[in-house]
Amino acid sequence: MKTTWRSRLMPTLAGWTVALAMFFPIFWMFLTGFKTEITAVATPPAAIFRPTLENYSAVLQRADYVQFAINSVVVALGSTLVALMLAVPAAYSMAFFPTRRTRDILLWMLSTKMLPAVGVLVPIYLLWRNFGLLDTRVGLVLIDSISVLPIVVWMLFSFFREVPSQILEASRMDGATQGQELMHVLLPLSMPGIAATALLSIILCWNEAFWSLNLTTVKAATLTAFTASFSNPEGLFWAKLSAASTLAIAPILVFGWISQRQLVRGLSFGAVK
Amino acid sequence: MTRGVRTKPLLAPSVAALFVWMIVPLAMTLWFSAEHYNLLAPAKRSFAGLDNYRYLLTGRALWVAMGNTLLLVGLVLAATLVFGTLFTVLLDREFPGRNVCRLLVIAPFFMMPTVSALIWKNMLMNPVFGIFAWITRSAGLGTVDFFAHMPLVAIVVIVSWEWTPFAVLILLPALQSLNKELKEAARLDGAGAVALFWHVELPHLLRPMAVVAMIETIFFLSLFAEIYVTTGGGPGLASTNLAYLIFRDALFDWDVGRASAGGMLAIVLANIVAFFLVRVVGRSLEDLP
Repeated sequence: MKTTWRSRLMPTLAGWTVALAMFFPIFWMFLTGFKTEITAVATPPAAIFRPTLENYSAVLQRADYVQFAINSVVVALGSTLVALMLAVPAAYSMAFFPTRRTRDILLWMLSTKMLPAVGVLVPIYLLWRNFGLLDTRVGLVLIDSISVLPIVVWMLFSFFREVPSQILEASRMDGATQGQELMHVLLPLSMPGIAATALLSIILCWNEAFWSLNLTTVKAATLTAFTASFSNPEGLFWAKLSAASTLAIAPILVFGWISQRQLVRGLSFGAVK
Repeated sequence: MTRGVRTKPLLAPSVAALFVWMIVPLAMTLWFSAEHYNLLAPAKRSFAGLDNYRYLLTGRALWVAMGNTLLLVGLVLAATLVFGTLFTVLLDREFPGRNVCRLLVIAPFFMMPTVSALIWKNMLMNPVFGIFAWITRSAGLGTVDFFAHMPLVAIVVIVSWEWTPFAVLILLPALQSLNKELKEAARLDGAGAVALFWHVELPHLLRPMAVVAMIETIFFLSLFAEIYVTTGGGPGLASTNLAYLIFRDALFDWDVGRASAGGMLAIVLANIVAFFLVRVVGRSLEDLP
């Protein structure tokens, strides 16, 4: 009995030490959001202090913060919606009616994901400028939806393949058209998988930084660009930065925690199940 | 099976979108890279042949940036794989609160890269007000201005913190899929925790580790936001990687030609990695026709 107790103590201690150390920066940010700007830079760092909500009210009262938050929501949801609309039919077709080219198409889609964004920065910037898409939400949705598309297709494909094809065949025997079969049989059956895919896509678009930093300035800038703007002056706005950041990451952290197990297949392109 | 089902209209939108997304910018980058083209003097646009490439390859900046890129990728890969594997093995053990610990460990992966970088830059690594400075000062060691004196190390630390959770996310389910009986048998044969790790768990994790390494490499080759908000590539070129160099050529100097030539080099580099990744992933599709 004693050995079990002993053999449990070590993993418990080690596990909690690692977990708390990894989470500490986030916890500290969360804490700092409730400090005054003066306590935020106190030395030694203040762990005990009188919490204040003034940073949150200051951040929320800034008209531009609300604007950035709305942009983030619109871009993340919009891109996810567009990507799903393109990907669901494609994944459906490849999962249930594979042809000799299916494997090549899937791998080719994956390979487009490997085109480094920075390699095409110049042409995208110029095209967007010429089409008036710079600093617009539509411009950002366009680029985000295409860059998550391969991951979305892959993830849906792997979920759809787990749906027994007999069920679909049965509905076809009953005279369902392809559209009905997709809408009324497959989608309800694979809702958890579609939800997990949507969550991953939202997370990726929400945190996307490269294109929002380079293609937006004011009107369509997202929270990633907004938080980056705190880096410019060595200004002492840590408490406000912390409050704004906590608001910006909280929903995504919750989404990530909820869907952690399903995210794996999207993130690894099905190479690890 | 496929009789009567037209798959082309279902596939076409996705394939077309991705094809345009890939081919148009790629062709434009290739084209621009052979031009003298500066947005500040667009009238003086002319054919350059290989001038832009020659300029980059004979200059110092590209090689410094290449070196930094490889150093960044290599160091972060090593850190995330080592810590990721250790944490995975740890979280695979039964202990009270294990599920909560797992949530805490994977949390950094869901952070916005700009936010992560700023927390580390301001609150942890700041030489005056940061927690690290306070700790080292309290220990009588003096302080280090990470971003001035070891900017690359600072960025490696930040990115490793963000991506170690990714390794855990992928490796933990892989390890948990390892047959419990196999582990039990090894333990009955007298294998200690270390032997179990070396001879049973690590070999089982090698394939997922390779996948982690390749996916991470693709992302790290174009690491950008963390550099953008912390060092701005400096001091000098000390923390400029290939992605940041191209960004600077393009949106600071407005030199379309040179930025595009740099872009082509980045694409070639990424493709070398992608080649291997596609082969590994392709194996998971062997049951397709």
